[in-house]
Amino acid sequence: MRTFPHGIHPDDAKILTAGKPVRRFPFAPYYVVHLAQNAGTPARSIVQAGQQVRRGQVIALPDGFVSVPVHAPVTGLVKLVGNSLDSNGNPTPSIVIIPDPASCQDVEVSSSVNVDELTPEQIVQAIRDMGMVGLGGAAFPTHVKLSPPKGKSIQAIILNGAECEPYLTSDHRVMLEQSANIVLGAKLLLRAAKATDLVIAIEDNKPDAIAVMRKACENEANIRVEVFKTKYPQGAEKMLTKAMFGKEVPSGGIPADIGIMISNIATAAEIGRLLPVGMGLIERVVTITGDGIKKPGNYLIPIGTPLDFILSTLGTHGTPYKVIFGGPMMGKSVSFLESPVTKGTSGIVVLASRDEQERVIYPCIRCGACVNACPVHLIPARLGLMARKGEYDRMVSECNLMDCFECGCCSYVCPSNIPLVQQFRISKQIARERKASGKSNG
Amino acid sequence: MGKFLPTTLTTSPHVQNKLDVRMIMRHVVYAMLPIVAYAVYLFGLGALAVVVTATMGCFVTESIYNRLTGREQSTSDYSSLITGILLGLTLPPSFPLWMTLVGSVVSILLGKMIFGGLGYNPFNPALVGRAFLQTAFPASITTWSATFALDRFSSFPSSTFAFPFSKPVVDGMSGATPLAAFKFECVATGVSDLFLGGVAGSIGETSSLLILCCGAYLAIRKMLDWRIPVGIIASAAILTGILHAVDPTYPTPLFTVFSGGLMLGAVFMATDMVTSPINPLAVWVYSAFIGMVVVVIRIWGGLPEGVMYVILLANALVPLMNRLMIPRVYGVRASK
Repeated sequence: MRTFPHGIHPDDAKILTAGKPVRRFPFAPYYVVHLAQNAGTPARSIVQAGQQVRRGQVIALPDGFVSVPVHAPVTGLVKLVGNSLDSNGNPTPSIVIIPDPASCQDVEVSSSVNVDELTPEQIVQAIRDMGMVGLGGAAFPTHVKLSPPKGKSIQAIILNGAECEPYLTSDHRVMLEQSANIVLGAKLLLRAAKATDLVIAIEDNKPDAIAVMRKACENEANIRVEVFKTKYPQGAEKMLTKAMFGKEVPSGGIPADIGIMISNIATAAEIGRLLPVGMGLIERVVTITGDGIKKPGNYLIPIGTPLDFILSTLGTHGTPYKVIFGGPMMGKSVSFLESPVTKGTSGIVVLASRDEQERVIYPCIRCGACVNACPVHLIPARLGLMARKGEYDRMVSECNLMDCFECGCCSYVCPSNIPLVQQFRISKQIARERKASGKSNG
Repeated sequence: MGKFLPTTLTTSPHVQNKLDVRMIMRHVVYAMLPIVAYAVYLFGLGALAVVVTATMGCFVTESIYNRLTGREQSTSDYSSLITGILLGLTLPPSFPLWMTLVGSVVSILLGKMIFGGLGYNPFNPALVGRAFLQTAFPASITTWSATFALDRFSSFPSSTFAFPFSKPVVDGMSGATPLAAFKFECVATGVSDLFLGGVAGSIGETSSLLILCCGAYLAIRKMLDWRIPVGIIASAAILTGILHAVDPTYPTPLFTVFSGGLMLGAVFMATDMVTSPINPLAVWVYSAFIGMVVVVIRIWGGLPEGVMYVILLANALVPLMNRLMIPRVYGVRASK
């Protein structure tokens, strides 16, 4: 079976929601729509406080190439255009909308199109106009991936349905329920990228999704389903290219460097669902789960729905110990009750209590567990010692710190409970800042 | 607006493997208990007294050291118990207890604490203690008892309670170890005896089968790196196999693998996490080095056994091996 060396096998806890069909989430009393929902430059608001907006209407325009528009998730009144807090706790420009009491599911659409007549350039433009970004979490604008740098071309596309993060089942449900949309989206992506080979990558813990997707693309010559071993972080771009094609993304490079584009499977589903009718991306499937939630499930949630409404609608068992946006391996814990669902939110995990006693940090016993877990073959133990001494430049020059993509395997396995990836995240930040300011020491 | 939940904020990952240092160390202790029990069955009260003394000695030494130096108490991580049991297992069953105690103090102080405690010691602490004892008390440490002595459960060997610094009483019951018998008398012990124990030797180097089973338990629970014992045993067997094929007066691979301290060393000593390499290639080189040099010492060296010295030597080479055998990072070209 296709896989990559190293990695870990955390308890996936997907049983909580894997069998729950996607259900539509009710409208919230207010919406917080971030303008920075894509990797790259935030969008620019084109609405003012007091203005009436319709569900599906463009409320912010892209600013630069690596940027996408934002659509109103709900019909209502713009209450304010100002700052809210992002998942890091930093101020971020946002539009707050109060829905009309009678707001409904009707969506403002631009004219529907005949997808068969579109040129590749028109497909890329349509994908950008719908505000599409990678729905797996990184929220990288899809139209940028479809426009590789000069001299590079895309031969193969991998649609990532691995969903290797524990707890999350949104991609799983989308594959089961929207296989036709995925296939249509896949065909559009193939045409837009002028590629001829598209692989739908699914981990072997989702046999039902594998069967459904195989059936859905049995008549498609250029689309195939490939089964991957269930292992974290199988869904990482670097791991998928290695496991699928035996090729490595060059250090510091992007998959386009080796002719591959990787897109989340839910992205393809939304393209297939929205592009033909000219709709913008105003809602997404989110897994809301964890032992702290009374009604875990997979929900189709308007973007901008705030956390407090989600928690009060689904109910919690007491005060949660931790609320995580994303999966438990790479997601962010938040406490701000107005934190909204964004385009990149694939899951919200609510943990009721600490699963064990306070963890003691022991000295590194050089067991090598981190070395055998690191999917990019770094030596986290050595990097950890350097981080403690503040040797950030050496970490970069001697130990390839910048190749760390922060999957968290090292911290997960460390028997001494050393916060390795946490240190690396900070070290990378410091190294980047030093590089930017042209300063160097150590 | 502007409300916050009283939740915990940390950066990812938010889940963690349950296996921690304490748990690993505890299970290593569990895995050695069957070996101790079998040795007591074979050798009797003397063996029990040695292991208990060594274990208590290590535990108390670490505890007192921490108290005197004002360090945080570290005995709860079970690592001193492992050192103590391992030291005990490398000693002869009739070894005087006061010498055992000296060995445990040396193990913990010189082998571990002066380097900064768990995680910082370059050498396996139990072997440091054993090497000290070998040098300091060469007679007592090569005085072996026979197995299944009739009075083994009713009385201690007379040397057990020897008074410190008195001339050790050597009982007439000393039995030659299979390795010594082979080296100096050209008598090969049957492999089934070696496999099941019942031969003279150190407390812990009796039944290879039992040691393998205990090691397998740890390896399956991912608390022991299976590559190290496999590498050591395979390389020792291959080298002897070649020599035996060339000249049948050399021992057979089975005799080499199952005799002496090789199995105990391969499963419990060389696998000490702190003193073994972390880089994948270095792990294989380290184990192959140990396996082959053991054979060289046994066949051409002056000693019948060399496992202890070879592992200490390999420990010394670990930092170099780690440095020279750095894995290729994903996406980085091999040429550099």
